[in-house]
Amino acid sequence: MSWLTDYVRPKIRGLLKREVPDNLWTNCESCSQMILVKDLRKGLNVCPHCGHHMRATVAERFAWTFDEGVCTRIDLPKVVVDPLSFRDRKRYTDRLKDERAKSQLDESMAVAHGKIGGHDAVVAVMAFEFIAGTMGAALGEAFVAAARLAILQKAPLVVFTASGGARMQEGMISLMQMPRTTVAVQMLRDAGLPYIVVLTNPTTGGVTASFAMLGDVQISEPNALIGFAGPRVIEDTVREKLPEGFQRAEYLLDHGMIDMVTKRADLPAMLGRLIGLLNHRQAAAPLRPAA
Amino acid sequence: MPPDGFGGGPGGGTWQDSWLCYPHGMRQFLDFEKSVAELENKIDELRHMSGPDGINIAEEIARLTEKSEKQLRVAYAKLTPGQKVQVARHAQRPHTAEYIGTLIQDFTPLAGDRLFGEDKAVIGGIGRFQDLPVVVIGTERGSELESRLEHNFGMARPEGYRKAQRLMELAGRFGMPILTFIDTAGAWPGIDAEARGQAEAIARSIDTCLSAPVPVIATVIGEGGSGGAIALGAGDRVMMLEHAIYSVISPEACASILWRDPKLATSAAEALKLTAQDLLQLHLVDRIIPEPLGGAQRDPEAAIRAVGDAIGAELPDLLSLSGAMLVAQRREKFLVMGRDGLT
Ligand SMILES: [Zn+2]
Repeated sequence: MSWLTDYVRPKIRGLLKREVPDNLWTNCESCSQMILVKDLRKGLNVCPHCGHHMRATVAERFAWTFDEGVCTRIDLPKVVVDPLSFRDRKRYTDRLKDERAKSQLDESMAVAHGKIGGHDAVVAVMAFEFIAGTMGAALGEAFVAAARLAILQKAPLVVFTASGGARMQEGMISLMQMPRTTVAVQMLRDAGLPYIVVLTNPTTGGVTASFAMLGDVQISEPNALIGFAGPRVIEDTVREKLPEGFQRAEYLLDHGMIDMVTKRADLPAMLGRLIGLLNHRQAAAPLRPAA
Repeated sequence: MPPDGFGGGPGGGTWQDSWLCYPHGMRQFLDFEKSVAELENKIDELRHMSGPDGINIAEEIARLTEKSEKQLRVAYAKLTPGQKVQVARHAQRPHTAEYIGTLIQDFTPLAGDRLFGEDKAVIGGIGRFQDLPVVVIGTERGSELESRLEHNFGMARPEGYRKAQRLMELAGRFGMPILTFIDTAGAWPGIDAEARGQAEAIARSIDTCLSAPVPVIATVIGEGGSGGAIALGAGDRVMMLEHAIYSVISPEACASILWRDPKLATSAAEALKLTAQDLLQLHLVDRIIPEPLGGAQRDPEAAIRAVGDAIGAELPDLLSLSGAMLVAQRREKFLVMGRDGLT
């Protein structure tokens, strides 16, 4: 555990950065109706007209999930950058630089700890805005760090997933993050700590086929696209039209792949309740019946 | 079919082996083996000739044979990643069923996932490897059209991975080492597969493999394609045949996404570092098994024997460890992948 004391330093982040002034209008990407940006923010980026759940930034997720939005972000261990010296139309190192500047994020996963419903919790959030939430060594490192922090704190781990799949620029190192993150889930299991997955739109590829499908409880936001193969790949392979609602959260619920579809506004309460029930062994003494 | 794509994988080319050319008797040659094909054709012709100067013909055959072997040696000593993709997918390379047929005595196939169905893309069962009872699991591509369809070209559905999990658990219960053989373009990207939880099936397969309290040796014998390969690949030892490939995505699909041009699959194959030699250097695989001259497809029996020798060489160390120790070491091995061993 020495690496934790080496690497994990608390980093307090306060206010959310507002990129768009509140008095502007925007259109719902689903129903196209006009929404005042201020209302959209207040409504957790959910369309007030049709209930469509729009993307959320990492900072928004943390703010919405933790009690009063208060949490401590942790610095994540550094990884070897561009181990394959990969270059497609662009150098991978340049791509990373550009993505970092654009997203203000280090990588496709961020980790924080705080309280949810009064219970200690570690939360890992995937950033789809960072190279489509693809999984490379840094994400693996972040997920392992999150699991280790949870074990250290005897707290549950909650992960919000959003991923387009593998970080191709890291080749097989990317694929190996599937067993690697699976080992982290096993560590939580061995420690008797709850591991809760919240699937958000979209979660596909190697992330789905590893830690995102191994939760003790599997939650999804409404209408989130969740699958192994992406819809276009499937369409190209089977050459038939995909059924209505295919690979959406409700479809997965119907097919027995997840426990529940939960609206964004109801997530903190649901997470708090699940943690309280599942992590009862770590709960404070007064909650237990007197001996 | 793009001219310099490789075929045979999702996202690129066709299911037919359209990259094969120069049929020479029963042997199928790859485009870069053209001069070898011509020499061997000539040798064939000479063999069918008869005449008074038989001795000269024999000398000529010997000379040409030496020449073609030299060319093969030269070509195979410096195969490009793109050529390795072609070799790894060669239709005449030995398949999982052939490895099992030669290396496993008393092989008894076991079928079904006990949940939905029997997926022949994954074959498995119990038998003896050098007298030791083992569980064998592998993806099987099939060899001619009918059996390829039956095995779905080695692209498994959730039932295949759930059958694998069942067999891995059985291995754990009875203390039998697990040998896996990987040869797949990837998991089947179909509506039915998604409806029955393809992602969960792969995730749970990795999970189960990492937890097996018995030795696990995984061997990539041809193409190791992404999630469908790692589902059977989280072993104590991961070995690759000399010209096998192992990749997070097919070079064709990678090229069409990152280069926006599937014709650049050869560039993607180079960038992805998918050869056994590159992956050994990256500490992602543990052993390279040498192939016979000109690849496993030219001498399947020798390739199968070499794999058997490698498994035989790795097993004793693993058998000396307790189940708990094996699981702990296996987890540690995968826990550092992407952190340690890179420069
Ligand atoms: Zn709307």
